[in-house]
Amino acid sequence: MSEGKHTGDDVLVSIENLNFNFNIQRGIVKAVRDLSVTIKKGETLTLVGESGCGKSVTAHAINQLNPMPPGVVESGKIYFRDKDLLTLPKSQIEALRGTQISMIFQEPMTALNPVFTIGSQIADVYRTHQRISKKEALAKAVELLDLVKIPSPDERIHNYPHQLSGGMRQRAMIAMALASPEPGLMIADEPTTALDVTIQAQILDLLNDLKKTVGMSILLITHDMGVVSEMADRVVVMYAGRKVEEADVFSLFEEPKHPYTLGLLNSLPSNPKYRGAKRLEAIDGTVPDLLTIGEGCPFANRCGFVKDKCLKEFPEETKISDDHFVWCHHLQQQEGRV
Amino acid sequence: MLKHIFKRLLLLIPTLFGVITLVFFMIALAPGDPARVMLGERANAQQLEQLREELGLDKPLIQQYGLYLSRIVRLDLGKSITSGQQIKDEISERFPATIELAIWAMIFASTIGIIVGVTSARKRNSWIDYTAMGGSLVGVSMPVFWLGLVLIMIFSVWLDLLPTGGRMNVRYYFQPITNFYILDGIILWIREGNSQYLVSAFQHLILPTIALGTIPLAIIARTTRSSMLEVLQQDYIKTARSAGIKERRVVFRYALKNALLPVITIIGLQFGLLLSGAILTETVFSWPGIGKWIYVAIGARDYPAVQGGIIFISVFFVLINLVVDILYSVINPKIRMQ
Repeated sequence: MSEGKHTGDDVLVSIENLNFNFNIQRGIVKAVRDLSVTIKKGETLTLVGESGCGKSVTAHAINQLNPMPPGVVESGKIYFRDKDLLTLPKSQIEALRGTQISMIFQEPMTALNPVFTIGSQIADVYRTHQRISKKEALAKAVELLDLVKIPSPDERIHNYPHQLSGGMRQRAMIAMALASPEPGLMIADEPTTALDVTIQAQILDLLNDLKKTVGMSILLITHDMGVVSEMADRVVVMYAGRKVEEADVFSLFEEPKHPYTLGLLNSLPSNPKYRGAKRLEAIDGTVPDLLTIGEGCPFANRCGFVKDKCLKEFPEETKISDDHFVWCHHLQQQEGRV
Repeated sequence: MLKHIFKRLLLLIPTLFGVITLVFFMIALAPGDPARVMLGERANAQQLEQLREELGLDKPLIQQYGLYLSRIVRLDLGKSITSGQQIKDEISERFPATIELAIWAMIFASTIGIIVGVTSARKRNSWIDYTAMGGSLVGVSMPVFWLGLVLIMIFSVWLDLLPTGGRMNVRYYFQPITNFYILDGIILWIREGNSQYLVSAFQHLILPTIALGTIPLAIIARTTRSSMLEVLQQDYIKTARSAGIKERRVVFRYALKNALLPVITIIGLQFGLLLSGAILTETVFSWPGIGKWIYVAIGARDYPAVQGGIIFISVFFVLINLVVDILYSVINPKIRMQ
């Protein structure tokens, strides 16, 4: 990650050396540390990791939906279409939200306002960003519901969220996120976790279709490797606030390098080695407490290859190929030997 | 919707029957002999017997109850023992005064209470929040009659700004039209071009309104605050923000409409309580309403009047709760559908 990469033509979002803390009563939670990520135009980047690894905080740092305080950007920069987001005034951030950066959430049950109809919620987003009449906005809402493949959309706009099924609500929310004149980035925070498997596949298909028709980038947050393989162009694996591996989706599944990524893929039930087996392999140990975490590799306490060095300092980047980077002392040594 | 209202109206009948029965037996079981109270210590047995017969008090309780019910059904509340007038007439003369005061007290309490509650929630844990919530605690704790007396002392006696009691400047030659004096004041202003009645009616309302409205204000403010805090944490608020809806609109449209649900219930209950609280306020401010009238009737053991007054207030209370139920279903689409 060299400096000034955000100026590249094909880069939409560039997060550079972001450190994000939560100052709570018991101390400082280092939620995201020294994270650099770029999202290119038209690609799907997935952030993978378990709960509390900082993936949602990273995503919310882009459209600034983290509660501040207690949240604090300790250092780092976030560029979006060459705008330095962290220095923009609040009004301009509000103007970006919903127009160029939109978001869908995990829980379609609770993410739509229960006391307004679907149509009025979508229309309201339109009317926030464009000067159009209520009627026009509702007509656009119908178009959008059609785009996200909700049947008989002209009737559905008069429905309240509780009258729709979970999958429909998620579609409605996606429609709401698309209610913008120039969609650039859609942040999808575990968009399918709360849905059952068949609906999950439909929603993922829909997102993939929209990405092509609308031409937007997707930042997908998930802990589900199945979703990653379905959706991702590139993958960033996060662990306890740190990026530990970054690769295009093929390299990641073909030759995962970081011990944590290996562990994740190993624990997938769909892994061929589990055919006929009774138990899944899990990664031993638990995630370190982000309040007391040290400077070393955060995975050290669970890693089979741990060395003294791992406990003391976080490793430098190791380049595996042009699209594949990993942060691990063990691999550095190995690669050095080759 | 109409069906819903009709169903609620039907449900009123058993409720009212219960109230009427309860009122009858409570008063019948109360100690003291009305005939003795009315005729005084020196009445002889024959006189007492005669009066009891007149009032129907010599009959068995069940028979009294039957007679009483049959009169109520014919909307006949009987005559006042003390004044000999029809109770219906006495109530209809005084009730507008009570209603007018209660309505203004409720408008005062709801508007300020909701604004204070929302502001407190938005500025949570700031000095504004602490002041507002501390103040509301003081507000809830103050007895109505005491607050009334303090207000009179400050604004009428010391500062000589506002009248100490009554509804209208006694020197004006004022003929009520609707018995709602503010409304009458407006009518007379339009008709005669003279605003003095409106001004005087308003001046007379200020202190009783504050005295009567302070406790509901405090309760409404606290309810609004906690409800608002809960709603602001909801996912759909994050959705609205992520869609770029302006913060002001998020708070006052998306959050408030949800937060108002419990507040409306409280407002309805408080409105009912105001009618009983009015007994104290009306006494302190010599407000010629139904509260003061019942207070006098209780002192005089004027049982028919007390019964009539309580039934009237109960009916009103039940009707207000009906209005609250309807409002509730207007705001909450889930209830409407059931």
